[in-house]
Parts: sequence; C-alpha cells; structure tokens
Amino acid sequence: MNCNELVELVTAYLDESLDPETRARFDLHLLDCDGCTNYLQQFRTTVATLGNVRDDHLDPTFRRRLLDAFKDWN
Amino acid sequence: MTGPRGDESDLIVALRQRDEAAFAELVDRHTPSMLRVARGYVRTHETAQEVVQDAWLALLKGIDGFEGRSSLRTWLFTVLINIAKARGIRESRDGEAMAGAYGGGAVDAARFRPTGDAWPGHWREHESPSPFPETPEGSVLGHELTDVARRALDGLPERQRVVVTLRDMLGFDSDEVRELLDLSVANQRVLLHRGRSAVRQVLEDYMKDVT
Repeated sequence: MNCNELVELVTAYLDESLDPETRARFDLHLLDCDGCTNYLQQFRTTVATLGNVRDDHLDPTFRRRLLDAFKDWN
Repeated sequence: MTGPRGDESDLIVALRQRDEAAFAELVDRHTPSMLRVARGYVRTHETAQEVVQDAWLALLKGIDGFEGRSSLRTWLFTVLINIAKARGIRESRDGEAMAGAYGGGAVDAARFRPTGDAWPGHWREHESPSPFPETPEGSVLGHELTDVARRALDGLPERQRVVVTLRDMLGFDSDEVRELLDLSVANQRVLLHRGRSAVRQVLEDYMKDVT
C-alpha cells in the first residue's frame, strides 16, 4: 500500500469497515511510515475537533416564532 | 444514537402535557443544528427556517403517537430531512449523483512522488504531514481550531456538509445517517471522507501559519 492509497482509506479504517486483508496492509504501512502515522493523527484530531463544534446561537425572533407556534398548538 | 432514554421519557411526557418549558428546552437544544442540516437542502436561510418550523409542528402533532422506537432526536431529524427534501429546491443536484461526482483525492496529488520515482505514491520529502500539536480541552489553540473547523464545515459542498454535521458534529452513527439521507454504505463513506479530508487540509494549513 502506498501513502496516496492509504489517505483514501482512513475513514473506512476508523469505522473498522476495511476487510481484514486491507486493514493488515494499512497497519503494516503505518509501522514504516511517519508521514502516514502523522496523517492519521491529524485526521483523528480533525474528527475530534468537528465533534467540538457547537451551534448554540439561535435568532431570538425565530425562537419566539417557534414558541408562539407551540402556544397555538397548546 | 443511544441517547439518555430515561431523561427522554420524562421529556416526552412533558411535551404531551403541553409543557412549554420542556418545548423551549428542546427548541434551544436542537434548532441550531436543524437549521444547519436544513441548509443542505434549501437555498435560503428563510426557507430553512420554514422547514425547521414545519418539523417542530410535525413533532408537536406527532408526539401523542410517538412510540419511542427511535430516539426523539433521530425522529426529529428524520421528519426535518423529509420536509427539507420535499421542498425539493436542490434535490435534482443532490444524493447519489453528487456523492459519486467528486474528482479530487483526500490529499493534493502533487504531495506524492510521481510514477517513475523510486517510491511512487509516497509522500514527497517536504510534503510529509507533521502531527498536530496537542490541544487540551479549554486551550486557546483548541478554541481556535474549533472555529477554523466550523468555518471549513460551513464551506463544504451541501451533501458533504450534511453528512459530516450528522456524523461528527452531532454524533449520529453511520447506519442512522444512511437511513436519514437514504444513502448507500459506500456513498455515505465517500461523502464523509471527502468532507473530513477537506476540513483536515484547512486545519493543516492553519497549523502551518500559527506554528
């Protein structure tokens, strides 16, 4: 497995959906390749960082509209 | 999603009793993410608001008959996505066709050694990635990275943005996302991988500037 192939398989690797043969080639490649080991670390950090993104701003006018709809239904 | 079903059953009872505070809490918790997801289907923020409002009305209408086979959140997003799709504004461009339409790879091909090199397909010497620094929770760099990731997420093509939002930001699992978006296993993964790869590149560029 080359580096340019490995980078396409990282999501499948993290989801544990590679077939055992491909997973083994992936793991073996990592043993010998600092670049790909670092790439995997960057990718994991990216996924973790996306998990920290929060949407908490809610336009107060829209919020009121939704709560008014609740009152109408009530 | 394995949510706190215990908390949720109290919430469902409260909604059935027309408890406005319970509704307000639910609105505050989910509406921003619902708007983000709805924007993957419709052209304007105003239309996304209409879609989200319709989804909340559908939840209120349906709450008495809700059997709790999925979590309330999964049900809410299922309703939301169905309404958003029915608006149909972007639908012709959506879905499987777009999932397969990507051309580029996860990483710029120019960073790898060419055919004919002693190590074709391996990182070029100065293109090999460096590890991202540790960003402990609450650290300044951690906050900055999260902001950079949010902007990168906002800039993704619609379908990638919806899949990455549901999977990584909101924590739905792959089966739920496939069901919500009616995607095949392969296309869900392709969209997720494209989106994550693009965000990773933005973070890498950012790290080079600050370190």
